[in-house]
Amino acid sequence: MLVNITSILKNKKADILELWMKNQLSNPGLADDLISNQDLRSQSKELVNALVNSLNENNIENSNSSDFDQVIEILGGISISRARQGFSPRETGFFILSLKETLLEILNQEISDVKELFVQSLRLSRLMDNFTILTFETFIKGREEVIMRQTDEITDISTPVIKVWDGILALPIIGTLDSARTQVVMENLLQEIVITGSSIAILDISGVPTVDSLVAQHLLKAVSATRLMGAECIISGIRPEIAQTIVHLGIDLSQIITKATLASALQYAFKSLRLEVKRSATDTKLFNKLQY
Amino acid sequence: MTLALTKDIMIVSREQDVVSLRNRVREHAVKIKMGLVNQTKLLTAASELVRNMLRYANGGRAIIEVVSSGRINGIRLTFEDQGPGITDVSSAMIDGYSTGKSLGLGLPGTKRLVNEFDIKSIPGQGTTVTILKWVNG
Amino acid sequence: MERIPILKMGPFLLVTIQIDLYDRLALDLEEDLVRMVEKTSAKGVLIDISAVTIVDSFMGRILGNIASMSRLLDAQTVVVGMQPAVAITLVELGLPLNGVSTALDVEKGMALLKSKMLFEEEEDEQEDDAGIN
Repeated sequence: MLVNITSILKNKKADILELWMKNQLSNPGLADDLISNQDLRSQSKELVNALVNSLNENNIENSNSSDFDQVIEILGGISISRARQGFSPRETGFFILSLKETLLEILNQEISDVKELFVQSLRLSRLMDNFTILTFETFIKGREEVIMRQTDEITDISTPVIKVWDGILALPIIGTLDSARTQVVMENLLQEIVITGSSIAILDISGVPTVDSLVAQHLLKAVSATRLMGAECIISGIRPEIAQTIVHLGIDLSQIITKATLASALQYAFKSLRLEVKRSATDTKLFNKLQY
Repeated sequence: MTLALTKDIMIVSREQDVVSLRNRVREHAVKIKMGLVNQTKLLTAASELVRNMLRYANGGRAIIEVVSSGRINGIRLTFEDQGPGITDVSSAMIDGYSTGKSLGLGLPGTKRLVNEFDIKSIPGQGTTVTILKWVNG
Repeated sequence: MERIPILKMGPFLLVTIQIDLYDRLALDLEEDLVRMVEKTSAKGVLIDISAVTIVDSFMGRILGNIASMSRLLDAQTVVVGMQPAVAITLVELGLPLNGVSTALDVEKGMALLKSKMLFEEEEDEQEDDAGIN
């Protein structure tokens, strides 16, 4: 005797929601600080309605059926918003897994024939498992978006352009210099050159952990772009290990002006701009005033 | 799965057509909020490829499509001509960048400006170059 | 037939490119400039590309050609006002334009041209002095 579980579930919709809410609220892992009971109930109700209304004998074995588009949309939405809000994967997964448990419990109540109960439970279980996998995939996607956004923010913060003097800019580069970073550095640097009318840019790489041929290529690009704008680029902060690596790798930096420290680069910059830093004669009157 | 959202076809037969092509591509790029540097790279790549088409094949057609990957938007340009074709595509793609040699067809340089680059050429029949640039480069 | 206007300012020639250049215009410009340098015995050429949004490999090579040809006629060339996006693209394309002098704007470009002219004069004087000995 074939049991029509879709009609069973449709009839028991209210019970399903109540039982599911009970299961969720009794779970110690429930993140009730992140979502109110009211919101949880309305989310749960929406999902139960969508699932029970779209389920029928034809699609129960096909989680990809377009009948389930609304269910998938709801699940996707809940999953992404939880990923963004900081729910753990377990908490998010529990949402749908507890629904599966609830549905199976209802089936257990309504189907007396053991063999039939097993067959139907299996079908339903498979469907819900597919939805669970989908939930996790969406959750991960949501997390990845957060990571990407944070990466962008970090990139912005870690490439400041500082005007150290009229016509002289300094860029302390902190962290690895990959091609994405190089683009950001170049854009920021060239913008600042235009805005400040600077003619010298000092790229300090003492905060760059490794310099290999790729990084060197990126640096060369930045230098070339600066030159095209009519400004000159000095690379400073070359640590002894970096100097060794560069020579061992046969990287040719002879076309670039390099200095060991930002200070010496600044000195060089002043000289190029024909600026002198002199110690002024002490003003004894001022000195006396300062003492009091 | 890259999906085309809009499709614009332009016939390129004279030099001046480069200007209208650039403007059309720029319009689409601005619409999907592509940043200035990426716009410039895309337009420069288009410029190079149109020049090849005019110079070696007396023109051809350019297809401008706004595409979506599901996550982000991009612009895909296809340049089709019925010219003599390129006999040795792999040689044409050799990067002469580090040796500073002249760029010939400018293909390796153009490839660096975009995210995806595809070229199909049959000697005697023609060449089709397709490039794609995502909105965030 | 449009041609780019070339202005004479003392010993210098000034070219401001305001429109999108396509190949023929660029070649005409190259020809016109070189002729003018010769005709006016100009000592310097200033090319203002601050309004140019796209410089591809052809245009890049034209700029390089203008610089080389002018040098043969004893004139210095300075390209000014390159937009950041253009600079980044040219470098990515593989055209760092090493033989072309650049400056941020017209004012700095003029200063650069003048200092180059001064440098040339000094060199000539040194050669003359050396010649006497």
